Amino acid sequence: MGCTSEGVAVALRAAAEVVAEHRTELIELDRAIGDGDHGENLSRGFTAIVSALETEVPSTPGAVAKLAATTLISKVGGAAGPLYGTAFLRASTKLGDAAEIDVPLLLDALRAALEGVQARGKAVGGDATMVDALIPAVSAAEEAAAGADASVAGVLAAAADAADRGAESTVDLVPRKGRASYLGERAVGHLDPGARSTALLLRAFAEAAR
Amino acid sequence: MKKIINDPADVVAESLRGLAVAHADILRVRDDPALVVRADAPVSRKVAVISGGGSGHEPLHGGFVGRGMLDAAVPGPVFTSPTPDAVQAAVTATTGPAGALLIVKNYTGDVLNFETAAELAAAEDLDVRSVVIDDDVAVKDSTFTAGRRGVGGTVLLEKITGAAAERGDSLDAVEALARKVIGQVRSIGVALTAPTVPHVGEPSFDLGPDEVEFGIGIHGEPGRERIPLEPADALVARLVEAVVSDLPYEPGDKVLLFTNSMGATPLVELYLAHGIAERLLAERGIVVERRLVGPYITSLEMQGMSLTLLKLDDELTELWDAPVWTPALRWGI
Repeated sequence: MGCTSEGVAVALRAAAEVVAEHRTELIELDRAIGDGDHGENLSRGFTAIVSALETEVPSTPGAVAKLAATTLISKVGGAAGPLYGTAFLRASTKLGDAAEIDVPLLLDALRAALEGVQARGKAVGGDATMVDALIPAVSAAEEAAAGADASVAGVLAAAADAADRGAESTVDLVPRKGRASYLGERAVGHLDPGARSTALLLRAFAEAAR
Repeated sequence: MKKIINDPADVVAESLRGLAVAHADILRVRDDPALVVRADAPVSRKVAVISGGGSGHEPLHGGFVGRGMLDAAVPGPVFTSPTPDAVQAAVTATTGPAGALLIVKNYTGDVLNFETAAELAAAEDLDVRSVVIDDDVAVKDSTFTAGRRGVGGTVLLEKITGAAAERGDSLDAVEALARKVIGQVRSIGVALTAPTVPHVGEPSFDLGPDEVEFGIGIHGEPGRERIPLEPADALVARLVEAVVSDLPYEPGDKVLLFTNSMGATPLVELYLAHGIAERLLAERGIVVERRLVGPYITSLEMQGMSLTLLKLDDELTELWDAPVWTPALRWGI
């Protein structure tokens, strides 16, 4: 069973709720190593996505993802806007005109999102960024998709679990991209806010798909 | 948090409203997306010079919109870069056949959003170029970080490229000049206290009463090291040494010395520091030919200062002296 455009809209609304719940936590994480705007910026973007979806839910999953992308790019600013915007934009391109997202299409979209974020932000694994959550998430999704009874919900759950662990791994890293990089060694011991928000979003999508 | 504000979400919009009425003879403020543009924009046959970035650094950039400097400034939320559609709107509002130069400070968010905007503008057949300023010597090795930040040098870059555009230089010439300035300008800052972003509500970092952060960025991002507060003579010597040794500036060099307040450091301390810096530069045989002292690129209410040195030649000196008429810089008219 696949995920329709309404399913993607439900996932995005769930993501908006999660972002709102964790707004203060993301601000605090960012305050420790950046300038403290990550929670506020993401919250502004996802609130705008929810209000755009109130007007109309586009008819395909790809179109919903594209709406999320353009909203994030035009409302968030900072680094998070272009990075998450690019992730959704590349995913939407892979989703194309398909009426439903099945497991192979989900994998394509996740891989495209990761490639987009890396192309835009020039970050690699180990730089202590959202990429450290996304890389293991995509690997785990690929593994779960290879299983006999793979489902969209199952693949997303595996991705979310791996993203959580990936985000935790940033605690021990020296950041090399973004504001946190200016702290150097002094940032060791802090969770990267971008990796944390990536893990939160994937968890929200996984829960919504259950 | 004690601030003269209403809802933290409305700070930038309400501030822009005030800027618009205070300087209606020079600029206009547009809503959705928020833009500050010259009152007489678009100025025909002239290269448009556009900059922007997070708010909270006033008078940068909106205070530098006007004759002889910027054609438009794109304000983002506090400490957050504006979005590509806002930058694109600024390009559309100010840019004609002569094209536009975007002045981008080297912060991940600014670079990503302006890069996207330049792509959008190119799709509309406008000749738009970008330069990224990265004058902060506090950030040592760009292999391991997002690279040197754009700080105080931005003000000087905007003045000089704005003057070149105003006298009718081509986009190629304005761009080449901008790259020359970027190659010859260096800065470093120090913070005594942290700023408080309105929507965050608490200081951006914790600093002990006797500590200073040496090599601070304009968002309060940390720099090289945290050191005990020392007398001005020692602190300014440390700043001068960091900047001079970087380019390096040599005996006999003619320079512009820019002593900047990060927001809360008063002029009494700023002039005190400037005097020390001039003396130290003279001792090194470096000739200060032009000066700028005051709060020009700030970090909300952060206490602290930055020093910027720009190596001058006749062309740069002439462009620095050229007439300018903006809310925050005005002379020669």
